[in-house]
Amino acid sequence: MKILVCISHVPDTTSKIQFTADGKSLDSTGIQFVINPYDEFALTRALWFKEKLGGSVTVVNVGKANTEPTLRKALAIGADDAIRIDAEPTDGYAVAEELHSLISLEKYDLVLMGRESIDYNGTQVPGMVSALLDWPFINACVGMEVENGIATCIREIDGGKETVKASLPLVVAGQKGLVEEKDLRIPNMRGIMTARTKPLKVVPSVSTIVATQAVQYEKPAGKQACKMVSSDNVKALVDLLHNEAKAI
Amino acid sequence: MSVVVYTENWEGKFKKASFEAVSYAARTAAQMGTEVIAVVIGGCSDDLSVLGSYGANHVLHYSNSSLDHFNPKSYASVLIDAVNSNSAHGVVLSGSFNGKAIGPLLAVGLKAALITNVSSLPESTAPLRVKRGAFSSKGYVVYESKQEKFVLSIVPNGIGVVEVSVSSNIELKGGFSAPSNSERVSVDMARGAIPLPEAEIVVSGGRGLKGPENWNMVEDLASVLGAGTACSKPVSDMHWRPHSEHVGQTGIAINPNLYIAIGISGAIQHLAGVSNSKTIVVINSDPEAPFFKAADYGIVGDAFDIVPKLTAALKEFKAQN
Ligand SMILES: Cc1cc2nc3c(=O)[nH]c(=O)nc-3n(C[C@H](O)[C@H](O)[C@H](O)COP(=O)(O)OP(=O)(O)OC[C@H]3O[C@@H](n4cnc5c(N)ncnc54)[C@H](O)[C@@H]3O)c2cc1C
Ligand SMILES: Cc1cc2nc3c(=O)[nH]c(=O)nc-3n(C[C@H](O)[C@H](O)[C@H](O)COP(=O)(O)OP(=O)(O)OC[C@H]3O[C@@H](n4cnc5c(N)ncnc54)[C@H](O)[C@@H]3O)c2cc1C
Repeated sequence: MKILVCISHVPDTTSKIQFTADGKSLDSTGIQFVINPYDEFALTRALWFKEKLGGSVTVVNVGKANTEPTLRKALAIGADDAIRIDAEPTDGYAVAEELHSLISLEKYDLVLMGRESIDYNGTQVPGMVSALLDWPFINACVGMEVENGIATCIREIDGGKETVKASLPLVVAGQKGLVEEKDLRIPNMRGIMTARTKPLKVVPSVSTIVATQAVQYEKPAGKQACKMVSSDNVKALVDLLHNEAKAI
Repeated sequence: MSVVVYTENWEGKFKKASFEAVSYAARTAAQMGTEVIAVVIGGCSDDLSVLGSYGANHVLHYSNSSLDHFNPKSYASVLIDAVNSNSAHGVVLSGSFNGKAIGPLLAVGLKAALITNVSSLPESTAPLRVKRGAFSSKGYVVYESKQEKFVLSIVPNGIGVVEVSVSSNIELKGGFSAPSNSERVSVDMARGAIPLPEAEIVVSGGRGLKGPENWNMVEDLASVLGAGTACSKPVSDMHWRPHSEHVGQTGIAINPNLYIAIGISGAIQHLAGVSNSKTIVVINSDPEAPFFKAADYGIVGDAFDIVPKLTAALKEFKAQN
């Protein structure tokens, strides 16, 4: 099975998010960038498929040269080769067009992505790629098996789960459950060494669309100080929730 | 010209978030000086005229055997048809799991600007500018559409509804044949659970609760409040609770009216998914727990002592009110 895993390069989850003084962009000073956590589940699942069914795992990022360490990390985790599509990924639709063009050329059987990026939280690129390709799309996927060219996927829905069948090729946007947290592969020394020599190809950008533009960045309003209630007087909390917060 | 809104139903009953989406569409359409077309897909046992109370001028009910269950491709094709045949400006939908599945398909089908995670009304409509949540609750970004059409996916339980009184005309569209490329095998709903993104009150437990056998007190508290239940990531990783309850940066993001966190330390990744809650109560035995900095109300103490007392006090309150 020829598998593509799309990797988004995002600020580490512990990052303090700050914007530049003019509010026009993210201030990335001091921020460490990592593989989007959802994409790690997709990558490990892809490696399992390869080990069971044969084939290859390619990772791709749409980004400038500064994302290459993130792709190298994916190679160290076990991907066979990496592609960087050389574009500033400022619009999800444009990112989807870049990926669409690559996938049409390379004819993958399965495209695995993350449910959403933890930076812009767009929840858009995987579905857009599926629509551009006219392939089936499974979002919020928490479990997946492939047999005889048919994928059986479990997706999260509001208040439950749905099991869905679709033929390959397809696009899956996954999350924890695709593999468990404890199963996530991490780079070992041998992986890091071999990652240096694995191919990382840079291909030019093809997309011309711009669907949206981020015009202003803002921090959420700060919280008031917390009101403490004595553990001997929980009734006071009920009063506050009713009369002050109007939450009950 | 008009604004189309997708009104999701589950087994024939409208989801609460669908009313919020209609109300949002009506307020947006008013800014644009146009009307709202609500689209209902599949069998629906609810009275469709209820959509008028949130501002729908027209209701299109697409129903036939190919539309019995949710399917991203076929449901998106219905909405694309509704937009194209009415020359609509765009689509509003709720960011439920199903809404998130079809939003991007609509964007491509309509060559539209998709803006998700929307948490307020548009700042302007020509060009369309709207604020959305980003960076896992750590920021907001105002987006501008660069396309003629738009798809806005709104955060459930975010903006709320405004009730109005519009009498809507209802039209049945039986003959639409919808393409599909995947097939439902089965559905497994958590029994009795209130789906998290929609729950107005959420009671959540962390590692401080020591083990899954202690969740009765969380469920008792939730049941008095009519609340959904949630948990921190390690709790779901250890299988004390199902994954679907994991909230935070890598779980579900929620913004209920009230979030009660019990035995949760308040790690940055946890806060990322819950800090948009309107009121936050923290119960923790450690006065230095970081969660108190993000809370509105706090009680320092042993959860095993406080939670049953709080449940009893709330029962008494509910009996009187
Ligand atoms: C300098 C800079 C400025 C940026 N400004 C913006 C901006 O203004 N607006 C904006 O939306 N984004 C911006 N981003 C980019 C953002 O990180 C994304 O690449 C892209 O916009 C999609 O984000 P999303 O949240 O919609 O992704 P989602 O649709 O939530 O991502 C879901 C999945 O799609 C895949 N995916 C997403 N992006 C990529 C990618 N670039 N390469 C490969 N796979 C990917 C991953 O598998 C990911 O898990 C900027 C990035 C940089 C470096
Ligand atoms: C990439 C990444 C992503 C992550 N994503 C998420 C996420 O989405 N969601 C998430 O929740 N976490 C996430 N985490 C994990 C996060 O960093 C924390 O480890 C986690 O939230 C801690 O869970 P906890 O508060 O339940 O446990 P702990 O941090 O162990 O806290 C337990 C708390 O219980 C209190 N306590 C103990 N006994 C009692 C008692 N008897 N009564 C009252 N209080 C008591 C303690 O004082 C303590 O504050 C992520 C981490 C990483 C690295």
